Amino acid sequence: MTKKLHVTTTINGEQTEFLCEARQSLLEVLRETVRLTGSKEGCNNGNCGACTVLVDGLPVNSCLMLGVEAEGCNITTIEGIGETQHLHPLQKCFLEGAALQCGICTPGFIVTSKALLDKHPNPTEEQVRFELSNNLCRCTGYDKIVRAVLEAAKIKQTV
Amino acid sequence: MKDFEYAAAKTVDEAVGLLASKGDRAKVLAGGTDIIVQLRETGREADLVVDVKKIPELVKYELSPAGGLKLGASVPCYKIYEDEKLKSAYPALADSARIIGGWQIQSRASIGGNLCNSSPAADSIPALIVLDAKCHIAGPGGRRTVAVAEFCTAPGKNVLQQGELLTALEFAPTQKGDGSHYLRFIPRNEMDIAVVGCGAWIRLDASGKTITAARIALGAVGPKPLFAAEASTFLTGKPATPETFAQAGELAKKIATPISDMRGPAEYRTHLVGVLVVRALTKALERATQK
Repeated sequence: MTKKLHVTTTINGEQTEFLCEARQSLLEVLRETVRLTGSKEGCNNGNCGACTVLVDGLPVNSCLMLGVEAEGCNITTIEGIGETQHLHPLQKCFLEGAALQCGICTPGFIVTSKALLDKHPNPTEEQVRFELSNNLCRCTGYDKIVRAVLEAAKIKQTV
Repeated sequence: MKDFEYAAAKTVDEAVGLLASKGDRAKVLAGGTDIIVQLRETGREADLVVDVKKIPELVKYELSPAGGLKLGASVPCYKIYEDEKLKSAYPALADSARIIGGWQIQSRASIGGNLCNSSPAADSIPALIVLDAKCHIAGPGGRRTVAVAEFCTAPGKNVLQQGELLTALEFAPTQKGDGSHYLRFIPRNEMDIAVVGCGAWIRLDASGKTITAARIALGAVGPKPLFAAEASTFLTGKPATPETFAQAGELAKKIATPISDMRGPAEYRTHLVGVLVVRALTKALERATQK
């Protein structure tokens, strides 16, 4: 039996404790131990960004971080971005702009875009494309995603 | 991924002790963006992973006009390009930090980690070479420094001995008339491994027209990132013009010994060296004359 490590962290605003093996990624712990399955495993090597979460406000590939490294961190997953009855403007714009097809990449895109709008409330198209370069989508061709993010920025400005 | 023990060292001495106790069965964890993939996918194994991000000395940097820059080995990339003073003093370093992976990678990955991973195509290493960074290393035998141009020895290999840890990178103060740039050629817009990478640094005299010192370095055209000594020396005393830059590019091509692979044939890579040296020097000149 492998030794498990005790980790205390904050996930979506709630103090959370979990046990994990040192080798387990944060993504694995989030999905299989904490049972937050919104973050997706795409490539599992840092290329696709489907597993993106915010760690202390910064977008991070949760497949490239160990669960044990989350000790003392403040983590936001896609589950913490909006609620079914109160969608975040990004979620609303992705839905209304059909910025998704299969949906596997969507949680990662929305989490990274959340960080982008926190940093640049009124981004240019170039900024959106540059900062989302670590998020891959094999369905949409990106155009609708970029337009949805720009639209969400507009809505956020007027709220 | 096979399980391993995890230890978060609080001091350099503790990290060195842990690393030395396990020899090559211990791995350093800084940002983790290379080592976690290697442990998961490439069959590399570890008995012990030593997290060095809790060591204050490794996660801070000090920047001053008189003292230059001392950059802790685990400082994540984003901190470099988000600091306007750091970015304007050492632009080639910020250029490379901005294009290592994407935002998610830059939130974690460090320049020290990029150097220790020692890929021939590593984006930060040509920038470090042209800025003449000094590597501070701690080990069981005490501390030592190594010039960054001497740090890498072969693909994935470097001068670090068992139990040794890169603690910081030190850069000399910048002067008026200094300018630098790092760029790479990739077929995509972002998020790719360099077909060729090129760093350039120049220092101009008071007239702003003549080069008093220059350094050029290349990535992905040899088994390790290369300092282009002849091309660099050639520029000393020369006017900063497109003609001399083109001549430096031709000299730099002489040291390129690229392989042909999926990213490009050797002949193409050698051609790119000439192109990128001119572009890197042109941007470095623009920055040198802006200040």
